[in-house]
Amino acid sequence: MKFYRSHILIGIDDSSLAAGVKEIEALLRSELQKNNLSDEINILETGTLGLFGTGVSMTVFPEQVTYVNLTAADVPEIVSEHFLKGRPVTRLALKAPLKKHYDYNYKNRIVLANSGKINPEDIKDYLAAGGYEAWEKALLIMQPGEVVDEVKASGLRGRGGAGFPTGLKWSFTAPIKAEQKLFVINADEGEPGTFKDRLIMEGDPHKLLEGIMIGSYAVGATKAYIYIRGEYKLCIHRLEIAIKDAYEYGLLGNNIFDSGFDLDIYIKIGAGAYVCGEETALIESMEGNRGNPRSKPPFPGVQGAWQLPTVVNNVETIANVPAIITNGSEWYKGYGPDGCSGTKVFTIMGDVNLPGLCEVDMGTSLRTIIDEFGGGVKEGHQFKAALVGGAAGVFLPIERLDVNMDYNSLRNYAAVLGSGAILVMDERADIVDMLYSVIRFFRHESCGKCSPCANGNEMLYKLISKIRKGKGAPEDLYNMDKVAEAMFHSSFCALGQSLVMPIRSAIEHFKADFLKRIN
Amino acid sequence: MYEEIFKKYTPEKENLIYILHEIQDTHPQQYISEEAVEWVAEYLQIEPSHIFGVLTFYTMFSTKPRGKNIIRLCESPPCFLRGSEKMLKRLAQLLKVKAGETTSDGLFTLELCACLGVCGNAPVMMINEDVYGDLTEEKLDKIIASYTGGEK
Repeated sequence: MKFYRSHILIGIDDSSLAAGVKEIEALLRSELQKNNLSDEINILETGTLGLFGTGVSMTVFPEQVTYVNLTAADVPEIVSEHFLKGRPVTRLALKAPLKKHYDYNYKNRIVLANSGKINPEDIKDYLAAGGYEAWEKALLIMQPGEVVDEVKASGLRGRGGAGFPTGLKWSFTAPIKAEQKLFVINADEGEPGTFKDRLIMEGDPHKLLEGIMIGSYAVGATKAYIYIRGEYKLCIHRLEIAIKDAYEYGLLGNNIFDSGFDLDIYIKIGAGAYVCGEETALIESMEGNRGNPRSKPPFPGVQGAWQLPTVVNNVETIANVPAIITNGSEWYKGYGPDGCSGTKVFTIMGDVNLPGLCEVDMGTSLRTIIDEFGGGVKEGHQFKAALVGGAAGVFLPIERLDVNMDYNSLRNYAAVLGSGAILVMDERADIVDMLYSVIRFFRHESCGKCSPCANGNEMLYKLISKIRKGKGAPEDLYNMDKVAEAMFHSSFCALGQSLVMPIRSAIEHFKADFLKRIN
Repeated sequence: MYEEIFKKYTPEKENLIYILHEIQDTHPQQYISEEAVEWVAEYLQIEPSHIFGVLTFYTMFSTKPRGKNIIRLCESPPCFLRGSEKMLKRLAQLLKVKAGETTSDGLFTLELCACLGVCGNAPVMMINEDVYGDLTEEKLDKIIASYTGGEK
């Protein structure tokens, strides 16, 4: 193995690609070559460094200097000053407050522990970080039932939105005798404001694979599918590499580790439909149909894709599993409050100084997440509202800033954790406009199968458009609430049932914005 | 002409979405024609109506010919908050089309789409497979120019 004096980690994700990271990386390589440093300095492409709005960024180890907002003009200077003369270019380095934020953001990570630190396209990096130890332990030392029990005891709950206990879900399917069972990953991340699953898959695809292996073994599935958004090109690319490598290393395939257990993992690509995040719609789509949800029961765990028992789990949920198996359920429960154990990846965006993501203990307050990890509300502006949980979420006013972000605490305010998206709005934002955008989204994404959702969304869209144009009447607010409530009670799936949350919370907490348009 | 694509997939309905993706991606006008639907129906032994149902359900598929470059501007709440409507106006002005239309020279199709998951850089758009974030009107002008100037 070659020994390098320094390693440069360049974060490659959709954000940095948008900022032109590839050109800068190529330039860096040629500059290093020109200075005969190619044998001393190693360049590694990794997942996101956890910094957003900082353009092209890279971290140099062992010095631990992070450069941000790099342009092509900066590259020769960094090479000659830092790599040739050993003097980091402080002008371009991450400044102290941001640096603290960055280090702090890495402190508590489970699912994103490796993200930004390893090369996601090299299985050896994952192995060196302790990867696939949990898979070996589960497969060779534990019985499937013990794996289910361990996950059950950990208190892990689904991170896709509904928060259903993962171990319990597995325990429904595990005892079923069937010729074929399936394990499906819902990577159809479409909730507006959510990009956590993308960053997990881009930054550490093997962690997801390892979780899938363990979960499949636990429930007795020998075929697993990752259903992923067609738009997530980089994720698909990295997962394909990871799966290929896992086969080569004998982690997948027939008779894995001579255990007698077989497992194959396939990728299924979606084609753009929010409703396919609903598990039965996802299954329909996997089968090559329109993504219309199915009626439950039978639940997918009993009768899912191609009528086979099918466990469907979210990416983030499953990325927690390897650590639970390695360290045990007691360790896992050390994170987060009772009943909501573990960490949660939140995405923070909108009117904040540092849009991005963080992985923190469940139950961390909304205020802490916005102030510490989002860098606070944009300079010179005041907090007005946060849309929490995605479009199918709740508008929270300033009085709710201290709510703890976990399933149970949020429920007390008729709010949901959802996917963990936090869209912050300052005083410039108009809640009528925002609600219009939310309703327009649902109107577009309704699959049209049931009339409460199809017609209800149309009615809501007309009402909010009318109010937005200044032609609304006071009773329109009441009507919107009633329509949304009817949709909640009678819609076929969660899509139509969800709209009552943003509508009710917007009108309740920000009535002034509506009345301004009506009077 | 579709045999090359069919060869890669067994004739099972579960491969329908894959096949449609590939037919669309390899068509110079990035769409799926009626004729293509007939061929796929024949290969998979399913009704053309089923395929049309699937085609029109998913936003990534088009049944109309499209331009060489497909612009997909996100209009979901996070991008909306950061000014996606202004960006749409600017794009419409630059390209002289409305959302859903193709420019007369066939170079661009302007589409709106739901969250692309790059919300940290809102407002965001994709052109073909490339993501452009933190958009401003000036940035849009430059990006569009880079496609019309023969660079891409």
